[in-house]
Amino acid sequence: MKVGDAEDNSNGQELSLSRGVQRSGGHYCALFAPRDPCLHPEVPTCTRRSVPATQPEQPRGSCRQQVPVAGKLHRGSAATGTTMEFSELIKTATVESVLLSCAGLPAVKGTLCITSHHLLLSSCPGGDAQPGTVELWLLIRNVDAVEKRVQNLGWYQPPGTNGSPLDTRLAGSSGTITLRCKDLKVLQLEIPGMEECLNIASSIEALSSVDSVMMMYPFFYRPQSLRLEEGWHLFPLERHFQQIASQTSQWRLSHVNQDFTTCPTYPPSVIVPAAVDDDTLRKAARFRHGGRFPILSYYHPKNGTVMLRSSQPLTGPNRKRCREDEMLLGTVLDKGERGFIIDTRSAQAAKQARMTGGGTEPKSSYPQWRRLHRPLERGRPLQESFMKLVEACNDTSATMDRWLSRLESCRWLSHVKAALSTACLAAQCMDREEATVLVHGAEGTDTTLLVTALAQVILDPSCRTLRGFLGLLEREWIEAGHPFHLRCARSASSHARPKQEAPLFLLFLDCVWQLSRQFPFSLEFSERLLLTLFDNAYASAYGTFLCNNEKERCLCKVKENTHSLWAWLNQPEERTKYLNPLYSHNPLVIWPSVEPQSIQLWQGLFFRWIRSSQHLDEAWAEIQRLVESKDPHAKEGVGKRLSRSLSDPAAQTENER
Amino acid sequence: MEHIRMPKVENVRLLDRLSSRKAALGTLYLTATHVIFVENVSETRKETWVLHSQISSIEKQATTATGCPLLIRCKNFQVIQLVIPQERDCHDVYISLIRLTRPDKEEREQGWKLVDLNEEYNRMGIPNNYWQISDVNRDYGVCDSYPTEVYVPKSATAHIIVGSSKFRSRRRFPALSYYCKDNNASICRSSQPLSGFSARCLEDEQMLQAIRKANPGSDFIYVVDTRPKLNAMANRAAGKGYENEDNYSNIKFQFIGIENIHVMRNSLQKMLEVCELKSPSMSDFLWGLENSGWLKHIKAIMDAGIFIAKAVAEEGVSVLVHCSDGWDRTAQVCSVASLLLDPYYRTMKGFMVLIEKDWVSFGHKFNHRYGNLDGDPKEISPVIDQFIECVWQLMEQFPCAFEFNERFLIHIQHHIYSCQFGNFLCNSQKERRELKIQERTYSLWAHLWKNRADYLNPLYRSDHSQTQGTLHPQMAPCNFLYKFWSGMYNRFEKGLHPRQSITDYLMAVKEETQQLEEELEVLGERLANLQKSQLNGNKVKSKQQDRNKQPGLSTSSNSLANTPQEYSNDLKSFPSRSPSQGDEDDSALILTQDNLKSSDPDLSANSDQESGVEDLSCRSPSGGGCLPSEDSGKDSDEAVYLAV
Repeated sequence: MKVGDAEDNSNGQELSLSRGVQRSGGHYCALFAPRDPCLHPEVPTCTRRSVPATQPEQPRGSCRQQVPVAGKLHRGSAATGTTMEFSELIKTATVESVLLSCAGLPAVKGTLCITSHHLLLSSCPGGDAQPGTVELWLLIRNVDAVEKRVQNLGWYQPPGTNGSPLDTRLAGSSGTITLRCKDLKVLQLEIPGMEECLNIASSIEALSSVDSVMMMYPFFYRPQSLRLEEGWHLFPLERHFQQIASQTSQWRLSHVNQDFTTCPTYPPSVIVPAAVDDDTLRKAARFRHGGRFPILSYYHPKNGTVMLRSSQPLTGPNRKRCREDEMLLGTVLDKGERGFIIDTRSAQAAKQARMTGGGTEPKSSYPQWRRLHRPLERGRPLQESFMKLVEACNDTSATMDRWLSRLESCRWLSHVKAALSTACLAAQCMDREEATVLVHGAEGTDTTLLVTALAQVILDPSCRTLRGFLGLLEREWIEAGHPFHLRCARSASSHARPKQEAPLFLLFLDCVWQLSRQFPFSLEFSERLLLTLFDNAYASAYGTFLCNNEKERCLCKVKENTHSLWAWLNQPEERTKYLNPLYSHNPLVIWPSVEPQSIQLWQGLFFRWIRSSQHLDEAWAEIQRLVESKDPHAKEGVGKRLSRSLSDPAAQTENER
Repeated sequence: MEHIRMPKVENVRLLDRLSSRKAALGTLYLTATHVIFVENVSETRKETWVLHSQISSIEKQATTATGCPLLIRCKNFQVIQLVIPQERDCHDVYISLIRLTRPDKEEREQGWKLVDLNEEYNRMGIPNNYWQISDVNRDYGVCDSYPTEVYVPKSATAHIIVGSSKFRSRRRFPALSYYCKDNNASICRSSQPLSGFSARCLEDEQMLQAIRKANPGSDFIYVVDTRPKLNAMANRAAGKGYENEDNYSNIKFQFIGIENIHVMRNSLQKMLEVCELKSPSMSDFLWGLENSGWLKHIKAIMDAGIFIAKAVAEEGVSVLVHCSDGWDRTAQVCSVASLLLDPYYRTMKGFMVLIEKDWVSFGHKFNHRYGNLDGDPKEISPVIDQFIECVWQLMEQFPCAFEFNERFLIHIQHHIYSCQFGNFLCNSQKERRELKIQERTYSLWAHLWKNRADYLNPLYRSDHSQTQGTLHPQMAPCNFLYKFWSGMYNRFEKGLHPRQSITDYLMAVKEETQQLEEELEVLGERLANLQKSQLNGNKVKSKQQDRNKQPGLSTSSNSLANTPQEYSNDLKSFPSRSPSQGDEDDSALILTQDNLKSSDPDLSANSDQESGVEDLSCRSPSGGGCLPSEDSGKDSDEAVYLAV
């Protein structure tokens, strides 16, 4: 059983997650072989693949070294200190004869193995009657909920086996573990032996709820094809600022937050009005929730209007004022100009916030600004909406009628509609009314970012390219301090009471998907990128979505010790997988329809693991084929064919006829 | 229409007979149905419409200095005097009008021959050892809603057929709808038996036996009653009902609950009310859609079709389908099953054949269901609309499986109601023959066939896996697969649809690629000739080739770069757009729904005017353009991007 075996078997075939995977040559080594690149191998996905699939450039040895493997598969190479700590959590490292089943795939039996970060299953190791290795390679961080059921009955026969009496467990006890993953996949493991089952379940639970950032997989993951520092400085704010500075001198780059003292959730540098000095900023920050004073979010090159974002002002019950804050917002507007404050809370909620020290900008103190309230759901209700939707999608018993009413009652699509509408409003204010816009909710880290980021996709063609979109995410979500660690700690299936979790980033991705559906040629990236981003936000091998803000990232040395997802995506062979074959630059604003008829459930995400997308995938392949047949390279091929046909006597006679 | 040599002539003068000085300058249009003159005066743009059939004579007069006069005399005594600047244009208009006003008999007859049902049964492999054509209904003597030519099992004698027909509602005895060559399994259709609580009919039992025997590979047949069980039981009290498994040997009886036409009519009504809601919230919409039950009904029809297709393809068992009269639900279910089973019906021609076979020939009551003449409003029901939607739902699930596109379905639906073609007039073949429909009208199929380039699905390839064999729609859990079809029910609210059409884009790409290939082929041929004639052709070859490539490349990149811009410019100028604006850039690739519609001449004969007006009246999101003014929330943008 050599690691190199996989390579020897190579026949260029790549199969994954599809039915009828070819099973040949059972080797442990497959566990270390590169995972299917189609599924973004370095990202935690559940991947079953056949051994022959190889990709020579892929990091092979490194994987083995970096995945601290415990138990039987432990090859000694990963015996580091951290492995020891993890191994305390692993009660049982390997179990033989585990039956894995997953919707839409045939059940497989194999050896289950828990490592510090992964759950592995390799089928029929070492020459069982059935040759072949089908593999599960699941990042344990991806596990959202573990449900266990144990039977203590001698005649118990696990479902999924075809009734052969030999399959009946004679040992007398067994258990089923259902793993609900954060990417919405559901896996079932039939484990012989009650004790093993309980041990495995509690090991997974313990490992998946390790909360320490430094213990997470990105700190251990070392793919060979990437360098650690790659991708972390692809989108420096300086460059973004320079683009703005080339068109207007009204803004400056401020380093007031260099040491994160002015605002712990802002990045070190922010773009602010040129006329406002750092001292004023510091004072204004004290008047804003969490210190998030108004900063530039987007400069609209078409007409020079701007979008700012902040958190709520700390008006409080005594209607406090802050001269510096008023001045900051005042300098943004010329005399006689009007600006709009889009508050993502209802007027009533904003008023109530005064009781707890928050509030809104009173008209008397900000005379040039008009407030527009557009309540967007956040926090618990949004998380619950997400959970209800996923539950409804996974319920196979619902009839047509119940399905629609459940879709309605989970209200997810209402949130999509509201988010899109609000972003369109912001975009409309800027593009049509040529007015300055300030967006804030309460904390300015959730719905605020949803609106500002979405408005930019609608307005700015450069945010609709792959690179521009990743830059937007970096600027408006990651550096802007969306607390990913808190919001994406648990996904839709967790039984734990949601605390800080809320799928705002998912809602954003869903809205972008709606745009891509309505404007199929205008986004350079495809649905697949959105899915990959969703997966990585919740569980990742990369450090990009770790922590809640730049300050924490600095403390954890994320940029020094983990790889960036952007670096992975930017590799030429990866990049092409996320491109939209129909893309064609559209320099204009894309105004979506927000009517209910136009908003659809994102089946590619919510039904990814439930229905087969084979026919739709075939359609995309066909689109790709058609479009490629048109591009110049293909035409050159035609040219070649022509010259060949000229030299080919058979073709010539064909022509003569 | 190919007769129109000259669809549009500018700078035409319409003379006033009383004072020649008051001539109006304008543009003359020829459409398939009308001559239209639109004055240039921008405020009024007065239009004069003349129906071709109203024209009694056309006279071309001697050319004068101002142009060539054309005199059109109408049967309603209107006389129109036009002066066309160019003699040649005048001649073309003249020739076109001569042709248009005199219907072409040959073309009409050819059109009706496009779909031939006997040919279709031959394609299925019939007549053969088990099935034959029966002339028992020669003069509609047995069943007046059936066609004269009916295919029945060979062992079913005229005696059995007539006997069975007496035991069936409206004498609609079991007859063949689809036959599967590969395994001899068939789909037959009939109406309900007149079984009441205990009645039996030997001949009817023999008839079903004969159907079973025609499929030697199977020892039973399914009898599928597409009604809800309760409805079928209620019919028993009226002396009708369903087959008793004890009386018929070797049948398996199955209910599939599709509701009746009245439920469907109400359901559609409810759904349309939802579509008309003024700025509905997401909840309003989903609730309304759910309460209408429409998608549930669509799913029921699909499930029935899937059940039958499975029985035929996988179990090799023949199926007899009926409902009450066997002309509504039965037609839906048989045609859905055929569509799933046979890739031929998923081609454009095959789909026409399918509608002729299961709907037109078997006496679906088009006049009654679609209210073509003033009839009983209780008889109206969207039966075939539901079938068309089923096809669309399948197209969404199998994007590469159908040769035709959504527009094809929408245009068929349109013409089922338009009465512009003869196919869907009357309730039965008998009525159509009596009224000599084929001699007096044109066939829709010929019209669609002529314009088939507009209806092609760019993703269809005859060698694609989805175009092979039986389609297997996902069964459970599949509720979410059934979607609201805004392309049909909100067809005219263009703001709701995706702003860029993948279908049209790909069609354009495909066409261009094909053109290039053809160009290459022609050039290749020329090259080959050159090569033959010239001894040292090597240099010429390479030069020529370089030149070949150039024009191809440049044209392609141009059109690619242009398309999205045209489209989006359009979008940008939406709110302040003038009525005619959308139709002037006909040089652009057809990408928007706006253009789509106006490019279709027969859906709205006066499309140029109509679509422009509609653009103004049904503007959605980006419209308004007013200032969001106050905190009060009475902003115009409220209506536009209103939250919740």
